[in-house]
Amino acid sequence: MSDADTIDDLPGELPLAKLPLDSWHRARGARMVPFAGYEMPIQYEGGGIVAEHNWTRESASLFDVSHMGQLALKDAPDDPGSAARALEKLLPGLVTSLKPGRMRYSLLLTEAGGVIDDLMVTNTGPHLALVVNGACKWDDIAHLREHLPDEITLTHFDDFALLALQGPKAHEALAKLVPGAEALTFMTAGLFAWGSGHIWVSRAGYTGEDGFEISVHEKDVGAFADALVADERVMPAGLGARDSLRLEAGLPLYGHDLTNNIDPVSADLAFAISKKRRDTGGYLGHQAIMSRLADEADGTLALRRVGLLLDGRMPAREGAEVFAGDTKIGTVTSGGFSPTLQRPIAMAYIDAAYAREGAALEIAVRSKRLAATVSPLPFVPHRYFRGS
Amino acid sequence: MPRYFTDEHEWIDVEDDTATVGITDYAQEQLGDIVFVELPEVGKALDKGGDAAVVESVKAASDVYAPITGEVNEVNESLEDEPALVNTSPEEDGWFFRMTIGDASELKDLMDEAAYKEFVDGL
Repeated sequence: MSDADTIDDLPGELPLAKLPLDSWHRARGARMVPFAGYEMPIQYEGGGIVAEHNWTRESASLFDVSHMGQLALKDAPDDPGSAARALEKLLPGLVTSLKPGRMRYSLLLTEAGGVIDDLMVTNTGPHLALVVNGACKWDDIAHLREHLPDEITLTHFDDFALLALQGPKAHEALAKLVPGAEALTFMTAGLFAWGSGHIWVSRAGYTGEDGFEISVHEKDVGAFADALVADERVMPAGLGARDSLRLEAGLPLYGHDLTNNIDPVSADLAFAISKKRRDTGGYLGHQAIMSRLADEADGTLALRRVGLLLDGRMPAREGAEVFAGDTKIGTVTSGGFSPTLQRPIAMAYIDAAYAREGAALEIAVRSKRLAATVSPLPFVPHRYFRGS
Repeated sequence: MPRYFTDEHEWIDVEDDTATVGITDYAQEQLGDIVFVELPEVGKALDKGGDAAVVESVKAASDVYAPITGEVNEVNESLEDEPALVNTSPEEDGWFFRMTIGDASELKDLMDEAAYKEFVDGL
């Protein structure tokens, strides 16, 4: 994460904020680092990133992702559905058709088709809930407020923590505390009673494993986190493991694999552009997106996000240049060592002409050229729970 | 055999006219799980404070600097198959390379064990 924080870490920025669980993390021997404007745990004493990574793949890990922005949009008075219709003008996906308890991955776009942020939209019933990246949340709020009608209320739930419980045993551990939550399927969500109040549980995550994201009021989150890690199946895990897990899962990280200079077609996220809205348009960035889709169809797309499997053990990091023979064809945007595959993996934007499975390329790292092969994403198969 | 330390967390053992170099337990603890070590080539001339090796942890690449001036005459080939030796035995089996001592007077700029311990305690 050494460079993940630089965008938020410039001199003169505001002092780092503390998470609601700050002292909880420190009591468990967390090493805290600056990230997205917060002091956040990168790893905990006793294990290390690889141990936390492997535990997540085998059992269940608790991640604190309270830096992320939890926002809500409420319909204008006496105008049901107005929030969904208004939000749909800023996203390439359908929101008006999203049923209560369902969630969808989507993108905030610029007029030129660049990605302002990637986010989750949930129809909670009373409102639309958005979960946005921590480093982008203030810009996202400004963008939403600028484009949404004044009658649509935007609330920032900054007094709520967000925990991610991820791994094949997450559903067993959560069911013990919150009976019924295990019945949710991937990309559905609901309100559950816990303690004297309620928590909002989504079956989603950023590791490729089955798991949940749980929104809890900051006054209750310490007790809730304690109850989760009291289960021997659950261990806390930090940002380091979160990053290596999401890289294996082929999931882009905003600020690295996605920026406002990158469009969703080049980012291989065209699944987030709904078929219907390709025809109807009516969202910011539509013209640019249609041009990129046309480029893709006639083989003139300039760049494409791909996965690269490296030979040997030396990792290639963000910024490393990708070559086909002597020609530079791209740049690594995320890279590291995969604990699961025991070899280095990377995501890169390369000349789309080379973006075919099995293409043999090279990555320049210091004075060496590392052999790399274009590989389908994810590197490690997703294990989402879609129903039994 | 005397052992010296740098403020970049390298250790250096001196025996006759050869020095063995590695990174300290404190350094490996900070770096976390080490997955690859790029060692210098035998015969490479090193300048005091110049780049000598690179340690790759799961998260990041970190430079290892030459504590003194000299020439590499042996590297620890065990690290090729087992880079985790740097985590499990940083100050013994996880040594990086051996080098000649180009200028023995450079050694007096380095810390001894007590001074290094005090330096780390202050971090």
